[in-house]
Amino acid sequence: MAQQPIITVNNLTKNYGDFAAVKGISFEVFEGEIFGLLGPNGAGKTTTLEIIETLRDKTSGDVIVGGYSVETHADNIKKIIGVQLQAAGYYPNLNLSELIVLFCGLYGIDKSPMEMLEKVALTDKAKSKYKELSGGQKQRFSIATTLINDPKIIFLDEPTTGLDPQARRNLWDLIREIRDNGTTVVITTHYMDEAEVLCDRVAFVDGGHIVGDIDTPDHFIDTLVASGFEREKKTKGANLEDVFIHLTGKEWREG
Amino acid sequence: MNHYSNTSATLAIAKASFRSILRSPSAVVFSLAFPLIFIIVFANIGEKSVTVDVGIAKGCDTVGPVYKALKKVSMLNLVTDETEAEMNAELSKGSMDAILNIQKNGNGWVMQPPLSALPNRVPYTVNVQYTKASAKGAILKSVLTNILDDINDVFRKGIKAEQAPVLAAVKETTIAGREYKYIDFILPGQLGFSLLSSGVFGTAFVFISLRLTLVIKRFFATPVKRYSIILGEALARITFSLLGALFILLVGHFGFGFTLVHGVFTVINMLILSAIGLIIFMGFGFTVSGIAKNESTVPPLSNIITLPQFLLSGTFFSVTAFPKWLQYISNALPLTHLNNAMRKVAFEGAGLGDITHQLFILMIWGIIVYAVAVKTFKWE
Repeated sequence: MAQQPIITVNNLTKNYGDFAAVKGISFEVFEGEIFGLLGPNGAGKTTTLEIIETLRDKTSGDVIVGGYSVETHADNIKKIIGVQLQAAGYYPNLNLSELIVLFCGLYGIDKSPMEMLEKVALTDKAKSKYKELSGGQKQRFSIATTLINDPKIIFLDEPTTGLDPQARRNLWDLIREIRDNGTTVVITTHYMDEAEVLCDRVAFVDGGHIVGDIDTPDHFIDTLVASGFEREKKTKGANLEDVFIHLTGKEWREG
Repeated sequence: MNHYSNTSATLAIAKASFRSILRSPSAVVFSLAFPLIFIIVFANIGEKSVTVDVGIAKGCDTVGPVYKALKKVSMLNLVTDETEAEMNAELSKGSMDAILNIQKNGNGWVMQPPLSALPNRVPYTVNVQYTKASAKGAILKSVLTNILDDINDVFRKGIKAEQAPVLAAVKETTIAGREYKYIDFILPGQLGFSLLSSGVFGTAFVFISLRLTLVIKRFFATPVKRYSIILGEALARITFSLLGALFILLVGHFGFGFTLVHGVFTVINMLILSAIGLIIFMGFGFTVSGIAKNESTVPPLSNIITLPQFLLSGTFFSVTAFPKWLQYISNALPLTHLNNAMRKVAFEGAGLGDITHQLFILMIWGIIVYAVAVKTFKWE
């Protein structure tokens, strides 16, 4: 696979007054992959993401998205990306289909609400308000709004935080489907099991730095094991989450 | 398809915002229900239930224009068949609200309130004795001031035209004048106040909630321009408020006989005035949304702006009924001038060209308010 970088971040820093949130981060995201930024809360993941999304100014460094610089061509970037924010709300008092119409207007694109809601299996909720949705439905709706402009890249900031195991698996399927349709996905999470099954490559962020290399989850694990690492407790062939999924079923369950 | 249109983005926001306003109970209650309730209550008080008993003193001039104008006010019950002693007794008990004595002056013309342009040439003195036993004196005072203002205005115009005071000219116009109903006073005030609360509360709440719930941040991740967001929101609010104003005007006109001198033309002028007022009041709303830290600090901040104007801008009683020092404050407030302009347009049939003084003061307010709003407004 010829790996073509679609995002290039070079020596990016961001200071809030005296506090340095991002201290010289560099990485590349390849076209068509699911790229994971992993790390604890407050590591600088969201700040890094928001600079790439043109929502925040950087202090120094270079960021190129889809061939455009965030400094000079923010408007061009906005047209080719889709952004899901960690805690974004939606316009009050509107139902899902009206919200999609609003976003179509904001992107200057003519799409039917049903077409978009179908992509995330929410057609039966077209007349519901956002606040009436379950956690998983909310995240799926957010993803629908990021797909309106047929973006080359979508950014998902901790999309599975607070979801139950089924909703999490639903979302993984949806994210893989989006990747398989040719969209590059950049995702942040602090769940390592999620990164392991979902991401093609990951970078670990801590204290404003990238710690170690950028590689596939498998390779990271193999390297660690090869270095003589052993878990204190041998894992069994299944874990409690597997039991939970086995007992409650993996269907799309939503109340 | 590739060309991005800021206009359609603006309209998309306007449409969404308009839908949202229509579904928000507080917007509908504040903009429509409140003013209508006030209008219904006060229109009924003005026309039926409240009458002000005014004793007419012996020797009072009953042939002059002032008395004739008073007689036409249905709210006033003029008592002429009682002795001075009886009247004084009733006045102190509060069963009579005021005693009136209009005196025709020979040469030394004095009038209350004094006519500054013509200090010594006023033909009538109106002596009013109020009582602390009755609060309705204020209504009489308000009615009286309106009548005298009208007469004085006409009179002044007459003098300018003919260089000599001709009382007949006064009589003609006064008597041919339209009946000034309380609804003619109360409706423009309610309309103005509805615009004020919609402009301040509505705008402040919308922008602070869009900011705090990160709706605006999500918008910024799309190609939409900042001015589209402001313009779209403003467009929705203006449309909603003008529809509300039109509704209030129609209910007032057909339900309560609100005077619209030139019909549709007057309505259009009032709607233009409403839009001007609303745009200025929205500036207050932008400022409040910037200063407020969260949604619960919006109401107190907004009340600081709206309450004084509600009380002092002639919403219920004419500003001229206030003591002089208070009038200075009243005359500095934008709602006072919007209300005055509305009344002139509706009752006197003034066009926008006749109320340039009010428009000028509103424009100054607009410049000040938006200068502050630009400094304080926050996007995130």
